[in-house]
Amino acid sequence: MSDLHGSTLTQLAAGLRARKFSSVELVTALLARIERAQGSLNAFISVTREPALAAAAAADRALAAGSGGALTGVPIAHKDIFCTQGVRTTAGSRILENFVSPYDATVVAKLKGAGAVMLGKTNMDEFAMGSSNENSYFGPVRNPWNPSLVPGGSSGGSAAAVAARLIPGATATDTGGSIRQPAALCGITGLKPTYGRVSRYGMIAFASSLDQAGTLTASAADAALMLREMAGFDSNDSTSVDTPVPDYVAALEQPLAGLKVGLLQEFFDKGLDRENERRVREALQVYERLGAKLSVVSLPNLPLSVPVYYVVAPAECSSNLARFDGVRFGHRCENPRDLTDLYRRSRGEGFGAEVKRRIMTGTYVLSAGYYDAYYLKAQRVRQLISADFTRAFQDVDVLMGPTTPTPAFALGAKTADPITMYLNDIYTIGANLAGLPAVSVPCGFVQDLPVGLQIVGPHFSEARILGVAHALQRATDWHTRLPPGYA
Amino acid sequence: MSAWETVIGLEIHAQLATRSKIFSGSATAYGAPPNAQANLVDLGYPGVLPVLNAEVVRMAVKLGLAINGRIAPRSVFARKNYFYPDLPKGYQISQYELPIVANGALDIELEDGGKKRIGITRAHLEEDAGKSLHEGLPGVTGIDLNRAGTPLVEIVSEPDLRSAREAVAYMKKVHTLVRYLEICDGNMQEGSFRCDANVSVRKIGAQEFGTRAEIKNLNSFRYIERAINFEVGRQIELIEAGGKVVQETRLYDPDKGETRSMRSKEEANDYRYFPDPDLLPVVLEEKFIASVRASLPELPDQKAARFVSQYTLSGYDAAVLTASRELADYYESVVREVPQEPKLAANWVMGELAAALNKENLEVAAGKMPAARLAGLLARIMDQTISGKIAKEVFEAMWSDGASADAVIAHKGLRQITDTAAIERVIDEVMAQSPGQLADYRAGKDKLFGFFVGQVMKATGGKANPAQVNELLLRKLRG
Repeated sequence: MSDLHGSTLTQLAAGLRARKFSSVELVTALLARIERAQGSLNAFISVTREPALAAAAAADRALAAGSGGALTGVPIAHKDIFCTQGVRTTAGSRILENFVSPYDATVVAKLKGAGAVMLGKTNMDEFAMGSSNENSYFGPVRNPWNPSLVPGGSSGGSAAAVAARLIPGATATDTGGSIRQPAALCGITGLKPTYGRVSRYGMIAFASSLDQAGTLTASAADAALMLREMAGFDSNDSTSVDTPVPDYVAALEQPLAGLKVGLLQEFFDKGLDRENERRVREALQVYERLGAKLSVVSLPNLPLSVPVYYVVAPAECSSNLARFDGVRFGHRCENPRDLTDLYRRSRGEGFGAEVKRRIMTGTYVLSAGYYDAYYLKAQRVRQLISADFTRAFQDVDVLMGPTTPTPAFALGAKTADPITMYLNDIYTIGANLAGLPAVSVPCGFVQDLPVGLQIVGPHFSEARILGVAHALQRATDWHTRLPPGYA
Repeated sequence: MSAWETVIGLEIHAQLATRSKIFSGSATAYGAPPNAQANLVDLGYPGVLPVLNAEVVRMAVKLGLAINGRIAPRSVFARKNYFYPDLPKGYQISQYELPIVANGALDIELEDGGKKRIGITRAHLEEDAGKSLHEGLPGVTGIDLNRAGTPLVEIVSEPDLRSAREAVAYMKKVHTLVRYLEICDGNMQEGSFRCDANVSVRKIGAQEFGTRAEIKNLNSFRYIERAINFEVGRQIELIEAGGKVVQETRLYDPDKGETRSMRSKEEANDYRYFPDPDLLPVVLEEKFIASVRASLPELPDQKAARFVSQYTLSGYDAAVLTASRELADYYESVVREVPQEPKLAANWVMGELAAALNKENLEVAAGKMPAARLAGLLARIMDQTISGKIAKEVFEAMWSDGASADAVIAHKGLRQITDTAAIERVIDEVMAQSPGQLADYRAGKDKLFGFFVGQVMKATGGKANPAQVNELLLRKLRG
C-alpha cells in the first residue's frame, strides 16, 4: 500500500469502488505520510486522525454494501477557512486559535455527503491574506520542491500537501489568486470556479465579493471530480447561482480543433520572468499543435487590477473581520478593563500584522471623505475590467497567460515590502474582479521549480476550461512530476 | 416663545410582523429567555451569511404604496459599520443610498380641523440590534441577541412638523397605518414601534434650519410630546441666553422629564456605509408591485371618508372610529344590525363602550362586548323598549355580566312604560300627594314642572317614557 499516494484522486476513487484497497488502508497510509512531512512542510494546522479513521471505516462498510457516493472513502483535506463541525477552524489566526465550529460549511457538508473522508485542516495565510503563507499564526508552510522557498498563498497548506502527495485533493479559496498562485508555485492544478458556482456558506469571509471556493489537485480530471460534488446553488448563500451543475468529468474529453485562445497581452509584461515566459509559450505551442488558434488579446484596464483589488478587498475585510471582537467567540484578552480595552487588546493580540494592515487600509478607504475617491472609484474600474473580459470573450473561447510572474521565491524575500508581495498576484486578480473561472496547470520547470499556465474562461465555463487543461495534461506529463523526496 | 418656530422630523422604527427574522430563520416572538431566539446567523458566527426574508420586502412595498411613495425597482442593502457588544457582526445591515421606498406622504389632521401633508423622505429596511442587560448582573453586562436581526422599517419624515402636537399626530397616523396594513403590531411597550425625533428651532421667518438635536428611542406618544417640548424649551433658552445649540444625540429621561446629551457630533461614528456584498440587490418587478397593490386593505383615510358619506358621520367621528381597523370593523358590525341609526351606533361605540374599554385597558377586539350584543341594546332603544338613560344602566349590567340587553331588561324589569293610562295613574297620584306644589304651579310657578317630572320618573323607577310623561303632565297640570 506504500505507493497509493502516487495515484490521482480519480484513480483512488475508482480503486476504492473496485475494492482494490480499503479506505482505512489508504487513510492510514496518508496519515503516516502527513505526520512524517509535518515537521518539514507544516502543511496542516489540524490532523483529524481518529474521526478520519472512523469515517474511513464507515466508507469501507458503505463500499462493501455497494452504496456510497462519487468520493466514498477518498481522503481529502480542507483549507482551515472552511468551518468543520466539532473540529477546530482557525483561518490561520490566533484570534480563532481555539475556535471549534458548531456547523459544517456547505462545501464540507457536500463533500462529506459524497463520501469524502477529511484527514485534516490545512495551513493558510491568516484569513487568506497573503501570497506566501508566511502570514499564518501557525507558522509558514514550505514548498515541497525546495523547503527554503514559499509554497505561495494563501492556500499554501493545501497546495503543499497535494504537491507532496500527502493528500490527493484539497479544498481551497481564491480571493485574488489564493488557489492558482500556490498551484503554480507547487506544480499542481488549481481551480477557481465562477463566483457563485460554489457556496460560500461556512467559508470564513475575507472579501465577500471576491471569495470563491475551489480545488487543489494533481490534475484537471481530479478537479472536475471534486467540483462536481462541491458546486451548486445553496439557499444559505444569496450570491450562489441557481444554474445546473454539468458533469465536469464527462465533459473532460473535448476536441481542441478550432479552439480560439486569446493570449493576454498585458500578462506578458516586463515583470514576467523570461524563463517562466518561455515555459508558458511552450505550453501555448502544445495547444497550437492540438488545433487551437492563438491570437493576442488586449485588456487595457487589466493592469489596474492590483490597485483596484487592494481597495475593494481590504474594504470588505475591514467589515467582515469586525465580528472578531472577543465578545462571543475566539480570542479574548485577559482581564479587560472596559469595553474599549476588550476590543483593542483582543483584536490587537488576535490579528497578525498583514491582517491589521488590511483592516486599516479598508477602514480608511471607506471613511467619510475618502469613500468616493477610493472605494467608489475602485468599483468603477472593476466594472471596466469586467467589461474588458466580456469584450475579449466575444472573440475568443478562453484566455491564457502565466499564473505568476516568477516561480516560487525564498521565505522572507518579500515580507519587508508588502507591495512586492502584492504584485505576485498581478495575473490572477483580474479573474476575481470579474468573477470568472480560471485554472492554473503545471507547464514546465524553471531551475527545478514548477511554473503555471493560467486558463481563464467566461462565466460558468468550468467544463470548458477543465477540458482545455485536461488536454494539456493528456499531451504533457508536467503534472505527474513529484518533488524529490516525496515520490 | 412666539418669536420661535419649531422644526421636527421623525425617524420611526416599526418592527415588521414577520414570524422569522429579516436575514435568518430564527423566530421573532417577544419575551423568550435571553438568546433562545438567536441562531448562528444572528450571533454573527464565522462563515455565516444573511438570506433575505421575502415577506419583509412585501411588507415594505405595502407601506410604500400606502404612503404613495415610489417603490424602488432596485434597492440595495448596505453595511453600517460600528462596534457595539449587542451588534454581533460589527455592522448593521441596512439600506443607505438606495432605499426600497422614497418620496411618500401622509396627511395629518390639525387641531383646527384642517389637514397638513407631511412628506416622507424614505422608508428603508434594516435589522435591529440585540440589547445589553444590566439588571441583576452586578459588575458585568449581559447581552441578549433575541432581537438581533428583527426586521425593521425605518420611516423618515421630512422636517415638516412644526410642534410636538403635530409630531404626535403624525406618529399616531403612521401607527394606525402600519396596523391597518398588518405589517407591525404597533406595540410600543415592547419596542415594536418607536421613533427618534430631530428637533431644532429657528426665528419665525428664517429660511435656514437651526442646528438640530436628535432625541433617541421615544416609545410612547406621551414621551414624544414631552421630550420635544422640553427640548424646544431648552434650545430656545440656550439661544436666548447667547448660547448655541450643538448637533448631538440626546436621550429622554421620562422620570425627570428632560433630555440629556448622549454623544456629540464629534464623537459620532463614521459608519463607513458600503453595499453589502453578501446580499443581492432587491429587484422588484412591476407585476409584483401590482399584486401587492391589489392586496392592500381599505386605508384609514379612505375608510374615514367612506364613513362620512355612507353613515353621514362627522369628520371627527369618522376619524375616531377608523383609528384602528378593529374598531372600524366593530362599528360596521354594529351598524349592520341597526342600519337605520349609524349615528346612534357611533355615539355608543365612541361613548359608553370606549369608556368601559378604557377603564379596563381593553381593546375592542378583546371580545368583551360583541358587536351583536351592543346592537341588541341599541335595538331596544330604537323600539322604545327602554330610554337612552335606562340603556346606560342596561349597558353596565351587560358589561359586568356578559348578558344580552333583553335578558337584563327582563331580569331587572326595566321595560319602558308607554301605556298612557298607566302613566296617567301615576301622574294623578303625584298630583294628589303634592297639593302645595300644584297650587303654586297653577299660580304661575312654571319652574315646578321639573319637580313633577322628577316625581313621576321616581315613582316609575325611571321607566316611564319621558316624552309621554312630558306631554301628559303638561295637560294634567293645566287642569
